[in-house]
Formats: sequence, C-alpha cells, structure tokens
Amino acid sequence: MSTWVAFFVLAALAVGSALGLVLRRNPIHGALFLVVNLGSVAGLYLMLGAEFLAAAQVIVYAGAIMVLFVFAIMVLIPGKEETGPDPRRAVRLLAPPLGALLCLLLAFVVARGTGAPAGAAPPAPATLGALGRLLFTRYLFPFELTSVLLLAAMVGVLLLARKRGS
Amino acid sequence: MGVPEHYYVALSAILFTIGVVGVVIRRNPLVIFMSIELMLNAANLALVAFGHRFGALDGQALVLFVMAVAAAEVAVGLAIIVAIFRVRRRLSVDDLSVMRW
Repeated sequence: MSTWVAFFVLAALAVGSALGLVLRRNPIHGALFLVVNLGSVAGLYLMLGAEFLAAAQVIVYAGAIMVLFVFAIMVLIPGKEETGPDPRRAVRLLAPPLGALLCLLLAFVVARGTGAPAGAAPPAPATLGALGRLLFTRYLFPFELTSVLLLAAMVGVLLLARKRGS
Repeated sequence: MGVPEHYYVALSAILFTIGVVGVVIRRNPLVIFMSIELMLNAANLALVAFGHRFGALDGQALVLFVMAVAAAEVAVGLAIIVAIFRVRRRLSVDDLSVMRW
C-alpha cells in the first residue's frame, strides 16, 4: 500500500514538473522544474531496485548536466527570446492534440505488449556487484567506447567554444 | 507486492509525450534541449522498468550508456547554441531554418 502511495506521489511530481518545464516561459524556471523531474525519476529507480542508477541520476543528471544548463542559460541572457508574435502559431497549436494522440498510441502499445503475464520472473540478482560484472564482461566494448565518445565530445566542445579566427 | 511494471511504462509514455510536445511548441533552443533530456529520461525509466520485470540487469547497463551519451550530447549541443548566439545575438529556432548564412 505504501509503495502505491509513493509511486503516485513520485509520478505526479514527475508529470507536474515536466508540464512546468514545457509551459513556463522562463528557461531558468524550466531548468529547476527539470531538476525536480530528474529527482522524482531517481526515486522511481529506487522503487524499481536500481539503487546505483538512482545515485548516478542524481549526480550526473541533476548535478552535472543541469549545472551546465544553468550556466548556458545565464550566459545567454534568458527571457528575451520568446517575445513577440509567434510566426508559426498554427503549426504549434496542432502540437497538443497530436501529442495526446501519440500518448494514446503509446498507452495502447503498452497495454497490448505488457498485459500478458511474463510467467514467473526470476528474482533480480544483487544489484551493484552484478551490474559491475555485467558492464565489464558482456558490455566491455561499449563501455570502453563510451570513454572515446566522451573524449570526442570534449575535444569538439573546445573546438566549438573557441573564438573565431584565433 | 509492489506496483506492477506497466504503471512505470505508462508513466514513461506520458513523460515522453510531454517531451515531444515541448520540442514542438517551444522556440527557445535551450528549452528544446531540456525537453530532449525529458524524453531520454522517459526512455530510461521504461528500460529500468522492463529490466525489473524480467529480472535482468541489461536494462540498467543500457541506461548507464544512455546517460553517458546524454552528457556528451548536452555538452556539444550547448556549445553549438553558444556559438550560434555569438554570431546571431538572438536565440530562436525560427531564425535557424537555414544551414548557412
């Protein structure tokens, strides 16, 4: 019973903050709403038995990535970019009904695909040690590729952030 | 008995949809980026839920890779936005409909 309460509280927090991100005009408010959203998703990870991912979510997403976002927003002088009439208003007004349609479609697929019982699901193994073992055995190559990706991103950002002509 | 997994997957569908609508209706590229993060997060939630359902850890390993790719994507994307802002002094995706100027 208490898990249901926790689930619905976290789900309401997640959906509400996601709506706040999309609907509020000020990007700083959007960034703070996104932090709330990431935190509640981290809580949902905890409920699903993924403790390591919950910690990584808080540290990497809500910590590092959101700090980067807030830096960028502060550098770029917020609040001046969505003023004036919208040149593509008609197209944008189409978005909410089409989004509702997409949501219904996804819900339909989920209801069809996961409605059937999966039989006796095996008990989840002890999480962190098993996850580490999995990462360094079956997923060793993608894991190493991740480091190459991050290095490439770092070099690319340095190149992009350089002043022109220097 | 905990909450069944399809509740989590339905929640992830809702979050994903909100992210899609955010990408379409907003004009500020920073908010569009944050909506993309929202979609990635919804996909991660679905992966963890399915992994929990089948008692497998592969979903969690995949989520870790998605987080790394999201970090790289945010860093490069924000650098591109700052570079564009330096040239244009304005920040609206409607101004950026051509690839060169």
